[in-house]
Amino acid sequence: MAEIENLEPDLEELRESYRSGKTKEASWRKSQLKGLLTLLKEQEKDIFKALEQDLGKHYAESYRDEVGTLTKSVNLALSSLKDWMSSRKAKLPIATFPSTAEVFPEPLGLVLIISSWNFPFGLSLEPVIGAIAAGNSVVLKPSELAPASSSLLAKTIPTYLDKKAVKVIEGGAAVGEHLLRCKWDKIFFTGNPRVGRVVMTAAANHLTPVTLELGGKCPAIFDSFSSSWDKEMVIKRVLGGKFGACAGQACIAIDYILVQEGFAPTLLELLRNMTKKMFGENPRETKSMARIINKKHFLRLKNILDDPSVQSCIVHGGGVDEDNLFIEPTILMNPPLKASIMTDEIFGPLLPIITLKKIEDSIEFINSRPKALAIYVFTKNETLKRRIISETSSGSVTFNDAIIQYAADTIPFGGVGESGFGRYHGKFSFDTFTHEKAILRRSLLTEFWFRFPPWNDFKLALTKSAYRFDYFEFLLVLLGLKKNS
Amino acid sequence: MGVTPIKLNFCIFFVNIIIIIKYKILLVCLIFQREGKRLLIDLIVVFPRSSISKSCCGRKSSMAEDSETKKVFDAEAAASLMKELRGTYASGKTRSYEWRVAQLKNLMKIVDDHEKDILDAIRADLSKPEQESYIAEISIIKSSCTRALGELNRWMKPEKVKTSITTFPSSAEIVSEPLGVVLIIGAWNFPLLLALDPAIGAIAAGNAVVLKPSELCPATSSLIAKLVGKYLDSSCIKVVEGAVAETSALLEQKWDKIFFTGSGRVGRIVMAAAAKHLTPVALELGGKCPVVVDSDINLPVAIRRIAGGKWASNNGQACIAPDYIVTTKDFAPKLIDALKHELEAWYGKDPLESKDLAHIVNSNHFARLAKLLDDDKVSGKIIHGGQRDKANLKFAPTILLDVPEDSLVMNEEIFGPLLPILTVDKLEDSFDMITSRGKPLAAYLFTNNKKLKEKFVKTVSAGGLVINDTVLHFAEKTLPFGGVGESGMGSYHGKFSYEAFSHRKSVLYRGFAGDASARYPPYSDRKLKLLKALLSGSVVGVILALIGWS
Repeated sequence: MAEIENLEPDLEELRESYRSGKTKEASWRKSQLKGLLTLLKEQEKDIFKALEQDLGKHYAESYRDEVGTLTKSVNLALSSLKDWMSSRKAKLPIATFPSTAEVFPEPLGLVLIISSWNFPFGLSLEPVIGAIAAGNSVVLKPSELAPASSSLLAKTIPTYLDKKAVKVIEGGAAVGEHLLRCKWDKIFFTGNPRVGRVVMTAAANHLTPVTLELGGKCPAIFDSFSSSWDKEMVIKRVLGGKFGACAGQACIAIDYILVQEGFAPTLLELLRNMTKKMFGENPRETKSMARIINKKHFLRLKNILDDPSVQSCIVHGGGVDEDNLFIEPTILMNPPLKASIMTDEIFGPLLPIITLKKIEDSIEFINSRPKALAIYVFTKNETLKRRIISETSSGSVTFNDAIIQYAADTIPFGGVGESGFGRYHGKFSFDTFTHEKAILRRSLLTEFWFRFPPWNDFKLALTKSAYRFDYFEFLLVLLGLKKNS
Repeated sequence: MGVTPIKLNFCIFFVNIIIIIKYKILLVCLIFQREGKRLLIDLIVVFPRSSISKSCCGRKSSMAEDSETKKVFDAEAAASLMKELRGTYASGKTRSYEWRVAQLKNLMKIVDDHEKDILDAIRADLSKPEQESYIAEISIIKSSCTRALGELNRWMKPEKVKTSITTFPSSAEIVSEPLGVVLIIGAWNFPLLLALDPAIGAIAAGNAVVLKPSELCPATSSLIAKLVGKYLDSSCIKVVEGAVAETSALLEQKWDKIFFTGSGRVGRIVMAAAAKHLTPVALELGGKCPVVVDSDINLPVAIRRIAGGKWASNNGQACIAPDYIVTTKDFAPKLIDALKHELEAWYGKDPLESKDLAHIVNSNHFARLAKLLDDDKVSGKIIHGGQRDKANLKFAPTILLDVPEDSLVMNEEIFGPLLPILTVDKLEDSFDMITSRGKPLAAYLFTNNKKLKEKFVKTVSAGGLVINDTVLHFAEKTLPFGGVGESGMGSYHGKFSYEAFSHRKSVLYRGFAGDASARYPPYSDRKLKLLKALLSGSVVGVILALIGWS
């Protein structure tokens, strides 16, 4: 507790840094982003080590999903900063002539970023990039469930970044609660919907805007494919989007597959073969798949599998290794829809396949469940593509691939409904931590005197025509040729 | 009491809107004007039942059956309302372009066909002058509708975006989709505008909508209920009238968005209720909007614009009305003289008699304002106005000079006709004064000094800034309107309204042509190199890594 009580001076220092105006300077923002870039470069090995320790992630996976993606994002922020920071001109109607208007991007102030354990660097620093680029002072609370990563962040960030304006506060639920009681100008939360509700309730006390990056069961609709080249590529992408993404412990990992009955045996065969190719005959020895984060989550997943009605559906894998917190890539065929594997977000290397009469039935299947963060559709059928886009709702839709939308900067990343709200990545990260201040500049030269009381019908008639942009009528009224209509 | 035929017509209009049904009897309020005096006459008129169900909105017919007690809108009613709307939303009806256009056109018809009714209802609730209501409510709704109708096609089009080599080969777009069933809670100060203007965005974006107009403006609220029921698709757009109990019942439901206009106190309640269902909210709140006045200005123009934004905007009862003025010590007397002069020209010697000044909404707010003025720290600082008429809820434009910063009037949003003027030695000092308080919804500056303008823009944080005018930014559809910090979150107007009620869905299309095996396990050092090249966006790097050179 002693540690918790010490927070206030830290926060005051951060607020003071913001008030001083230095974080608003382009030069400060640039130097911080460059610092972050150096951190990623110089600490790459240590980051790999921490991720290996916390999650058993292979360094190639760590690079692909965390260091590499972050490097790309910082570079984008650095090269676009000037553009993002400049105000946008807005067009104006003649009613306010002569005047100009613009939207001026302004930082929000002191922001809190609460991140998650599954991508402890990616999900911490990706929003930090946006917050810094937008000129805020920042508190980052990494997840205590990935301790090596958390302490590496706490150790390195103060040495590479301005420690008076960017701080890492480590800790668990108690620290989190304490932080939530403070007044922030924005809270950016990545995690589960339960905590998301707690965060938003706390934010309501201070009218703090929040972004909630939650998860949900992301379905993958798998249409029939005939070409073997297509099949191989698509299967790789499915498996990469499930077991290859932190062993399925990712908010955008594929949760389950929907497939047409007739194609299911083919799909299963393909999945089995490719799983073996990717993770070897004995997956317990693979270094290419992450392990489960901790005992609690391991037991949660084991419980899901231990349900006899689910156990009987396992068609591949199913082995668990409690000592090493490892669960084999596991495929299940048609587990009961009422079992927890199909009602809760799986967040682990279990992949249920649900068969449908027609692939089009997947739309109804998806719509009868809470809105997902992502929907993946593997198909060449253009009609199906169009129907999915217009008839379902989700944070994003990706065709013929999985996970990769996370790396695309030009499209917003974020949820809808149960999968959260608010968005980030690329310019959207900047916008998330920015207030778009509307500015109207008027001159004192001219005035429509009819804007002001005392009122009469003549003024009303003028106003009406002015608001209708009917300048001819305006002139007529003005000259006394037309009466109020 | 000579009631002319025209005035009688006017009365009969009200028969339709202020109704309490008991058996077959209607209690009717008649309001009309005679020589500037507002008269209120209650009449009891007997109507045949058949004409009741015709002239009232759908909800009322059930009330007629349930004759003894007025049916309360409780949690159960809210749940069944939600169920119905979920059903119609799921049918996809609201998503079609045609439906949206038809609804917007009908909304336009409401204000076109019932302009007079609307002006009268607002006059009845707030005794707001017609011209004010026209400028600030009807005309803005009209222009919002016109804009939405003109641009909807463009707004609905998916936005194509570029993709990088990281995801090559691919294409991407951002598709906007409706959020679902949304709740809009309006405020009383612009009872029509603040209910219908957000609704335009919600409809344009293809949502099913529930509107809760403010119960403090009963005439307008019931007029909205009646007209929306009559003109818009009642299977997707509903009006629920009521106060705290009804709002609480509504807030218990799971909405896909809640758009609230009102006070910070209620805003907190709304957001906390929304948190239970992870519902995003837009909160349009208020705050103390400052006006900084420099000495090098065209005084008559500036004065008109300040007074217009203050007293000609619902007698200061507007969230973006100027709350207080900051000016230099030397300039204050000139400014005050000019203000006094203008006020007299506008509202005459006795402003309580003026028809051009809105009254205070109700006795609670009247008492609140009286308290602000009766504060010991303030009562001696009145330099103009101060007259009030409790019985008629009339409150004169009142100017206060140099009130202490710890007085009540400087620590809560005034939302009424009191205008404190604070003086500083140097105008720049005012910026600190402003930033040390909660962020207001708007901040205004009158100056010709370019440097001062730039400093103002850089240092003062507010929902919106206007230089050399007040309030006018509200009418600009190309500017986002919304608060920051204490003044709220989320913005609307024009395309921003559409976006406030849309989800921007990312859609990424991938082809099968090329694929980097490096993305997939089993991993190796060579794959790492390829990944590095891919993510850095270097085409050369990718080629080098592929042929094994780097």
